[in-house]
Amino acid sequence: MYQRKDLLGLKELTADEISLILDTAVPMKEIIQRDIKKVPTLRGKSMVTLFYEPSTRTKTSFEMAGKYLSADTSSLTVSASSVVKGESLIDTGRTIEVMGTNVIVIRHQAAGAPHLLAKNVKARVINAGDGMHEHPTQGLLDLFTMREKKGDLGNLTVAILGDIMHSRVARSNIWGLTKFGAKVHVVGPSTLIPKEIKQMGVKVFHSVEEAVKNVDVINVLRVQRERQKKGLIPSLKEYAKVFGLDKKRASLAKPDALIMHPGPMNRGVEIMPDVYECEQSVVDEQVTNGVAVRMAVLYLLMGGKGVYEATN
Amino acid sequence: MYMKQLIKGGRVIDPLNGIDGVKDILIEGKVISQVADQIAVTDQVNVINAEGKIITPGLIDMHVHLREPGLEYKETIYSGTRAAAAGGFTAVASMPNTRPVADNKAVVRFIIEQAARDGAVKVYPIGSITKGSQGEELAEIADLKEAGVVALSDDGNPVVNSEIMRRALEYAQMFNLTVIDHCEDPNLSAEGFMHEGYISTLLGLRGIPAAAEEVMVARDIILAELTESPVHIAHISTVGAVNMVREAKKRGLPVTAEATPHHFTLTDEAVIGYDTATKVSPPLRSEADKEAVLQGLKDGTIDVIATDHAPHAREEKEVEYAYAPNGMVGLETVVPLVVSQLISKGVLSWTDAVVKLSVNPAKILNIPGGTLSVGAAADLTIIDPEKEAVVDPKKFYSLGRNTPFKGWKLRGWPIYTIVNGQIVMKDGKIIE
Repeated sequence: MYQRKDLLGLKELTADEISLILDTAVPMKEIIQRDIKKVPTLRGKSMVTLFYEPSTRTKTSFEMAGKYLSADTSSLTVSASSVVKGESLIDTGRTIEVMGTNVIVIRHQAAGAPHLLAKNVKARVINAGDGMHEHPTQGLLDLFTMREKKGDLGNLTVAILGDIMHSRVARSNIWGLTKFGAKVHVVGPSTLIPKEIKQMGVKVFHSVEEAVKNVDVINVLRVQRERQKKGLIPSLKEYAKVFGLDKKRASLAKPDALIMHPGPMNRGVEIMPDVYECEQSVVDEQVTNGVAVRMAVLYLLMGGKGVYEATN
Repeated sequence: MYMKQLIKGGRVIDPLNGIDGVKDILIEGKVISQVADQIAVTDQVNVINAEGKIITPGLIDMHVHLREPGLEYKETIYSGTRAAAAGGFTAVASMPNTRPVADNKAVVRFIIEQAARDGAVKVYPIGSITKGSQGEELAEIADLKEAGVVALSDDGNPVVNSEIMRRALEYAQMFNLTVIDHCEDPNLSAEGFMHEGYISTLLGLRGIPAAAEEVMVARDIILAELTESPVHIAHISTVGAVNMVREAKKRGLPVTAEATPHHFTLTDEAVIGYDTATKVSPPLRSEADKEAVLQGLKDGTIDVIATDHAPHAREEKEVEYAYAPNGMVGLETVVPLVVSQLISKGVLSWTDAVVKLSVNPAKILNIPGGTLSVGAAADLTIIDPEKEAVVDPKKFYSLGRNTPFKGWKLRGWPIYTIVNGQIVMKDGKIIE
């Protein structure tokens, strides 16, 4: 049984807790594949998505997950500018809570915002990405995808390629994978990998060729144009040349290695078309699994006892 | 009110007079009239029994933000000086980043006059180095001096332009004013929210490297050498900065430094959990940095303990970590932190502590105080080294409640603050 009030990050979860969520996501995935994708499990429960940052897939994914389980879902999109001038996060959270909300799903550009909210509301809080800190449901769906395709996570070597410094996806993946004993390589320009990341139990590379050699999974991260202005990379062109994942580099991994990307992709920058269109690419399946994992999280947070039995 | 007060049987620490021993102190009117092993009790004398207590020259905090004028919702001269008195301070130096900035005579005069009307302790204004603390043109320093400033600082902002800093040092020297620098290279610390290290990496908060401070400390030392003018490094917080100041002192350069209680007590681990009370500039640093600050205090590299008391309104701090302003209150917790963290652990003797909390601030600011000499103003602090209490921000006199020490049980609290012979604080309560 999931004992915590909230899901704020994978750092604080145990491997058993993560396994429980992943196990619960298996029957959830089965529901998504049915003709009639609806079960009454969370009827009478409500969920609000509170997004301070733009998002296409995560927000929709949470809303679909809630609807498939019959929860009532609403969404609140707040522009970043109104944060400074307008209502505080705590007040916004309390307002949503007193409407009778059971779960608040929050995406915020400031690291720790979900923690602030969670401390100030009785509703359960799910972190849908906070600044550069964590994106636990993305981490979970990545783990789910790897486990589904490759089995025991503890036997895997996973290379995470790209802008590690600014990536909440990287952090959640690292915490999740290392808890199961997987080996994690991080690779990217030295300006985009914090020195101290080693203390999280990963191996640091600056050569894609070396980092991906014989790995089971390559997880490619998005690189953002703003990094160029901040002097962290000279240009996207040079980034693509040195760190872009092309067929040749990808071929150094195990022949059946998975190619993953959390999206949205910069085609031709961090990943080349021939790679994301190849057979090993599981980018689309990650999105489907995202819904399953979020269903599992909603189910467990809203009172589900143990692994869901997909009978009803 | 009695005209005479006799403080009996306390352990008197008066470093300038080489005193550390049990003595009686007689105060007549506003001044200390006698210090002796035994002074007879006569009628018309208010006796304060100080057995087992520590008596020190009035403590002086040379780095305080009183926020008035302009930011009275954070703190006022009334509330801030009461916080000072409650914390055992008889004098504070107020930083000029008010609204408007204390870069002109009018604002400085206002602060002095408001302190005379409303203040519980002595207030010494610090003037701005540059106009508006913008770092571009020198403020009218002669005018500021005439108005009564005791030092110059653009605190909160560094003086980024090295040429301006050089000229400020040269010019300030004519008026015998020390320049206090908030050492930070804003390009290196750009948009950072906490110390850069493992904790910032795992919290996903942009980091401020130690180098952002060290680059500016190095520059200031070089400019102190060039101009032969004194420079005081505010809130020193890194290994490299402490080492450079130590080296500069060995070479005889006119460089002094202060450290805050939070930098000698806490590390960046306190930020885990995103409590905005831990957000401060310079940020809480690594364990090695904290150790370096402790070593600097111990070996005399760091001359002063100052709080950088920076009150903020509750609504300003109850926000996402990234959006919270920097700063924490310090006046009402510094003495027990010095006792618990430094004296009890053998980092400082009582004499060393008094030197850093009273003698050196008076010397650097060139103001009266720091001594219990006969004839000196009767500014004294009495500390009960055994008193234990839990830090409760609700009981603060400061309007700011932004402390990371909430709930800490600490030992060694001030029990009397006496300013010009008047008891302004007794047992933590302000006497009006």
